[in-house]
Amino acid sequence: MTDLTRITLAQARDGLKARSFSATELTQAHLDAIEAAKALNAYVLVTPEKALDGAKAADARLAAGEAGPLEGIPLGIKDLFATEGVRTTACSRILENFVPSYESTVTAQLWRDGAVHLGKLNNDEFAMGSSNETSCFGPPVNPWRRTGSDTPLTAGGSSGGSSAAVAAGLALGATATDTGGSIRQPAAFTGTVGVKPTYGRCSRWGTVAFASSLDQAGTITRTVRDSAILLRSMAGFDPKDSTSVDRPVPDYEAAIGRSVKGLKIGIPKEYRLEGLSPEIDALWQRGADWLRDAGAEVVEVSLPHTSYALAAYYIVAPAEASSNLARYDGVRYGRRVPGKDIAELYENTRAEGFGREVKRRILIGTYVLSAGYYDAYYVKAQKIRTLIRRDFENVYAAGVDAILTPATPTPAFPIGQKVTSPIEMYLNDVFTVTVNMAGLPGIAVPAGLGGEGLPLGLQLIGRPFDEETLFALGEAIEQAAGRLDAPQWWG
Amino acid sequence: MNAPVATHNLIKGATGDWEIVIGMEIHAQVSSQSKLFSGASTAFGGAPNDHVSLVDAAFPGMLPVINTECVAQAVRTGLGLKAQVNLKSVFDRKNYFYPDLPQGYQISQFKHPIVGEGEVIVDLSDGRRIVVGIERLHLEQDAGKSIHDLAPASSYVDLNRSGVALMEIVSRPDLRSSEEAKAYVTKLRTILRYLGTCDGDMDKGNLRADVNVSVRRPGEGLGTRCEIKNVNSIRFIGQAIEYEARRQIGIIEDGGSIDQETRLFDAVKGETRSMRSKEEAHDYRYFPDPDLLPLTFDQAYVDGLAAALPELPDAKKERFIAQYSLSAYDADVLVAERDTADFFEEVARGRDGKAAANWVINELFGRLNKEGHTVATSPVSAAQLGGIIDLIGEQVISGKIAKDLFEIVWSEGGDPRALVEERGLKQVTDTGAIEAAVDAIIAGNPDKVEQAKAKPTLLGWFVGQVMKTTGGKANPQAVNDVLKAKLGIE
Repeated sequence: MTDLTRITLAQARDGLKARSFSATELTQAHLDAIEAAKALNAYVLVTPEKALDGAKAADARLAAGEAGPLEGIPLGIKDLFATEGVRTTACSRILENFVPSYESTVTAQLWRDGAVHLGKLNNDEFAMGSSNETSCFGPPVNPWRRTGSDTPLTAGGSSGGSSAAVAAGLALGATATDTGGSIRQPAAFTGTVGVKPTYGRCSRWGTVAFASSLDQAGTITRTVRDSAILLRSMAGFDPKDSTSVDRPVPDYEAAIGRSVKGLKIGIPKEYRLEGLSPEIDALWQRGADWLRDAGAEVVEVSLPHTSYALAAYYIVAPAEASSNLARYDGVRYGRRVPGKDIAELYENTRAEGFGREVKRRILIGTYVLSAGYYDAYYVKAQKIRTLIRRDFENVYAAGVDAILTPATPTPAFPIGQKVTSPIEMYLNDVFTVTVNMAGLPGIAVPAGLGGEGLPLGLQLIGRPFDEETLFALGEAIEQAAGRLDAPQWWG
Repeated sequence: MNAPVATHNLIKGATGDWEIVIGMEIHAQVSSQSKLFSGASTAFGGAPNDHVSLVDAAFPGMLPVINTECVAQAVRTGLGLKAQVNLKSVFDRKNYFYPDLPQGYQISQFKHPIVGEGEVIVDLSDGRRIVVGIERLHLEQDAGKSIHDLAPASSYVDLNRSGVALMEIVSRPDLRSSEEAKAYVTKLRTILRYLGTCDGDMDKGNLRADVNVSVRRPGEGLGTRCEIKNVNSIRFIGQAIEYEARRQIGIIEDGGSIDQETRLFDAVKGETRSMRSKEEAHDYRYFPDPDLLPLTFDQAYVDGLAAALPELPDAKKERFIAQYSLSAYDADVLVAERDTADFFEEVARGRDGKAAANWVINELFGRLNKEGHTVATSPVSAAQLGGIIDLIGEQVISGKIAKDLFEIVWSEGGDPRALVEERGLKQVTDTGAIEAAVDAIIAGNPDKVEQAKAKPTLLGWFVGQVMKTTGGKANPQAVNDVLKAKLGIE
């Protein structure tokens, strides 16, 4: 029998439907793989009983011909999604023993459609980070290594557990969240596909908030088609989230294989950063060529306010975070460290409960919202945000269907290398934050290996709610680049 | 824009006259079934933490969803204050840490409130009328309640109120005395009750006032103000202002200056005391709540709510004066509560308005107040009171008997007309019976008869005697006529 952890989600779905294997077998294979891959530290909590119970129920429904769209598909869940009765920590000490009494809308829809819950995946604490090193559980390890090296590399962040798990065959797909690149950068670092849908496409209800106006749930999978399948179940209007959008969810999978002929692809000249490595530049060029070969028209476009995006993002996101994280005060749930009075209880709880990066962002966010600084920082950053959104609107209004950029400025870097330099770490997001600032959909697709033998990714940015075009274009790149599988060294 | 200073509001200090300047922020709890951003109940008096949703307790990943009924209530209130209703407004977060504030921020409206400028017309007891400017009205969440006296070393938190919708109604500094301030709150509360947007129950904390007080020499610019927080009765508002104004005048007259600060009113001691200074004030770091979209609706929505508004007290008062020929004072008393006005109109329907007003205000209200009743629980219904007034009008009973009848209806109930029949309260208009009574009295008091011929005012004594012998049932006019004829007075 084929290795059930190395097939795609779509293949697994078809195999289950054809009864080539059972959901229980499929789930057990993944539980075994997880057990053997502890060195990757991708999962922070495995739920084998829940998984096997789910698989058994899925087998029954498959047998009864009542299978849902994801019936029997084992998935990993980023630890930012609240899961009823299953510890949900956001990988923070402050929530280390928090067991929600509720299920996030996104995961509830996955279970509704028959998916199987393998466990909770590692992430940067409160999704703040680009290497997953801020997790209180320690970082996951990238299944990919440089050729001839055993230096452990980051799986990216903040959804590093999701990317590592999917790349290593520890789940057929994973949920993730993206505030400034937290889906697309880890996907690019691990040779997987990451989709951040349009803001408002997936409900944020029950997902631990980092920056509310930027956070969006999405997918990490091994193929574009798999992301299309998974996103269809995750997306949809939720009356419990005022920012979710009430419009029908299309059959994204139907966009796979759709011709890209005649589509106009923009190459934003401002993304050709000074000092961009020749390797990334060449990759970008190659991506454009592939799309041109597939019949698309490639044009240079201008997004003039790009250079302000990263700075503005690192004002807006911390500002919202500083307020969103105020609820972790030791009063009602989570870690409490006593003090002589309430002020000391707050101070002790938050000093012990939050890690350095989270504290840094709370401080930055508090500062930029303070009297006397609000206009100079927060208001100005919001104005820049409007200009960035307008840049994209202008390009799309001129007939461009999608924009092609590199996903990251570098391939995966060693764990520990950038952790002492926040600025260098923040630069990881330079190609991805604009998409969150403008609320647009973006996809990161593996586009080949770089000189060190590490995967590199390309990013496609679409029109609002036009994820379908991204799936069609992403699959064209995937077809041209071929799939990437990490050679197994663990377990 | 210093208006000419009206001298009646000045208060005397040791060094001359002073003027008090008062502005108010009223927190009015919105009448609604559920909270501003969650489905939890707003019912008063549940066990602690009975009415708390995951949203109210700020669990991870919980999101606010606006309660559209609270929005409608705010719009109705804006219309009732003749204010501009903003078709677009924005919810902001007001950030601060407190155990009864689970989110670590209050969702409020800072820069773009749902309701802008309006006004409240206040008629004072001395007959003056003032117009108090409304600066804005915005929607915000209430906090929970910290309870410090249940355990020596810890505090408890009750989140039942957490997230309940409040309307903060901010007045301009247009008030010049504690009387004006009290009258303003009273009038505002009347309007809110008419609208049904806030029950105005100050005992339950459903209406509270933050009172801004400053003093100045007549004609000068505004002085430094102090804000007295959370005053929860109209009487206390008056006391707090009086105390605070005297305190500030005393400091200034002693050569000191006023520190801008937040103060508390101690109802037991009848004084205000410092809570926190300007330096200790929080930096609330307001910013638009990214969990909520701007609140928008169209003019048609506002017009629809406007069309369904009840008649408001000012309009009702004018109508009562015109329609029932009431005095402004009587009309004021009757429109103070919607229930009362409705009761009056039911009594007055098809009857003499003035008589109805007299009976409602003098007899019924007096009795209700004495016994701790309201019109809603009145033992005498509008129909019964109307019946009594009818009997007077038809001259079936006299005014004096009517009061007796009112007492019977109050304590025993029943149809007034039937009671009159059953108990023989009917006025005697039969001239024969009256003549007989008059004859008997004339016969028994020849000396008085003589005196009366010289001094016609003695007629009253005869009337009294006749009424006494007829048990008050004789028609006074008939008695008069018969007496005059028999005594030969004219």
